[in-house]
Amino acid sequence: MSKTGFPAAARMELADTQMRRNVGKATSTIRARRAARVAEVPDWEALRDAGSAIKARAMATLPEQLERLETSVTRAGGHVHWARDAGECNSIVGGIVAGHGAREVIKVKSLATDEIGLNDALAEQGIEAIETDLAELINQLGHDTSSHILVPAIHRNRAEIKLLFERTIARGQDLGWDITAIAEAARRHLREKFLSVPVATSGANFAVAETGTIGVVESEGNGRMCLTLPQVLITVMGIEKVLPEWRDLEVFVQLLPRSATGERMNPYTSLWTGVHAGDGPQEFHLVLLDNGRTDVLADDVGRQALHCIRCSACLNSCPVYSRVGGHAYESVYPGPIGAILTPQLRGLENAPTLPWASSLCGACYEVCPVKIDIPSVLLHLRGRVVREYKTGHSPEALAMEAVGRVFGSQRLYERAQKLARLGRGPIVTAALPGWSAMRGLPEIPEQSFREWWRARPPRSAGGDGPVP
Amino acid sequence: MRLRVALFITCFNDTLFPQTGRAVVTLLERLGCEVDFPEAQTCCGQMHTNTGYRERGLTLARRFERVFADADVVVSPSASCVAYLRENGMGLDGRLAELTEFLVDRLGVEDVGATFPHKVTLHPTCHSVRLMGIGDRPRRLLEHVRGIDLIELDDAAECCGFGGTFAVKNADTSMAMLSDKLRDVLSSGAEVCTAADNSCLLHIGGALRRQRAGVRVMHLAEILAAT
Repeated sequence: MSKTGFPAAARMELADTQMRRNVGKATSTIRARRAARVAEVPDWEALRDAGSAIKARAMATLPEQLERLETSVTRAGGHVHWARDAGECNSIVGGIVAGHGAREVIKVKSLATDEIGLNDALAEQGIEAIETDLAELINQLGHDTSSHILVPAIHRNRAEIKLLFERTIARGQDLGWDITAIAEAARRHLREKFLSVPVATSGANFAVAETGTIGVVESEGNGRMCLTLPQVLITVMGIEKVLPEWRDLEVFVQLLPRSATGERMNPYTSLWTGVHAGDGPQEFHLVLLDNGRTDVLADDVGRQALHCIRCSACLNSCPVYSRVGGHAYESVYPGPIGAILTPQLRGLENAPTLPWASSLCGACYEVCPVKIDIPSVLLHLRGRVVREYKTGHSPEALAMEAVGRVFGSQRLYERAQKLARLGRGPIVTAALPGWSAMRGLPEIPEQSFREWWRARPPRSAGGDGPVP
Repeated sequence: MRLRVALFITCFNDTLFPQTGRAVVTLLERLGCEVDFPEAQTCCGQMHTNTGYRERGLTLARRFERVFADADVVVSPSASCVAYLRENGMGLDGRLAELTEFLVDRLGVEDVGATFPHKVTLHPTCHSVRLMGIGDRPRRLLEHVRGIDLIELDDAAECCGFGGTFAVKNADTSMAMLSDKLRDVLSSGAEVCTAADNSCLLHIGGALRRQRAGVRVMHLAEILAAT
């Protein structure tokens, strides 16, 4: 996918009025539900602090935690693999699938596998990856991409999905307009796959180093099917998902569902530890994926992006995301978290406009269950882009330099104010481009405040009481 | 003894909204303060910092600190600039206050003796609420204004889309946000949209003027100064 940068991509997306309506409606619904569920928890702020502290500890001791995790998973009968990047990860997964002679795999919804493009990599080997999360399935059938971390087809409405199903998995049928009937078409299609495909892949919401337990939370139960019916299970997990101790889970199973779907608990919370004879998959592989994460860890301000538990509360609360939708971010990680994660994972030079895809309103930070200070990281990344990738001679850098000098001196500043009144000078040059037709520019008043102040008759010194 | 207050007007208000500065002076003097305006003041550096030019921004913030080093209390009618200065440790050790904070907390006044017989709606502004945490101080001050008809704004806490250079760098997205804010302002039926910060009002007011909507924007200080 060629990348145009956020401003241009957003302009394209904003022209899609149906998408804007769909995303606007869905985000405001989830936002209200989240607010209600969070308000019920008296110690919500303490939970957020705990979540933040646990993640900070996990990141500070990451090598140790990952080795503990490897030991625990291996002890429980699983196989652990380490993948430096997308290519390594895809070939590990592809190798395991091919080793079993499977032509199809069923997938639990997973961002990590989207990030590395696993489906395409498997397709090149002649292996079909079948998405089983309803929304992921909708996107797969529509040759579409995800636009939301948790609700990947949030940009689609009921009518669009009905018509899509009638063109694909329910060809020739009239599904009607009832949601249950439309969903039933997906259920019938997937049920067949659950019972016949021998290999499943998943991501992980959590992995407990202490016990080697992997956790996935979901709403549909399709993930549970994939995690229990096939003989072979391959989990691809970003290394930042590790939690040190079993007891840490308690915090996150409270924070995540309320922040994500506005539910008190997830309908399905699946936890598994290695393999158990006669019960569930008999072969379990855990692939630990780096793919840029250790670089993120090296940035002492930016690293908090790795604390993310993929709840999407920041997306749903973001006034930018809820207008432009997810595709404008040109990444599997959209919204505010995407704006700080994508540039760090890919390298700033490959997503240099994303740190500016925010009005810095602070709504994301307010709702983040692990208190990632997204606005501060955005500012930090803006600074890095300017320092590391913008030449000092770009029109913007020159304008900022000129305005900076003006603000550095009372004399230059007052002269610039007078020039601005005539529609000239550094202040006007810096502010004008882009201020479009929809907003009228204010007339610059004839008299600045300071000119009024100087012209004002002197006050009587001293004396109490109000001045008339 | 009158309280001596140094006014940090901000470059934005000094140049574009002098009436806000005049209103702050009128208001503070009516409440018995002695207002001082250190003329060496320019800009706090927020624009530079928020656009990625942090070193330059912080140089300006340090300049702000020097200019106001001797003031007992510094009051500013911009929640955004005050929040930025505090975030960066340039809050003059607690001596820098946003206007509504100063009125409610320092002077202990909610009724400032204003009269403004108009329909008004309040845009709380993101930086006032989320960054500064001024809470409902603007609302409490407005509720005491005589004759005012204070109307709720739908989705009030939602960003108007200004965001400083965001409005220029991501103009299309900014406009999409602004058009929703405008819809809410217009459907409120208010004659005046007010806020504790003129930056949002530049943005909202620009569009209202372009639409010839007949709705004005006014900084909160101008309403509080009205008698």
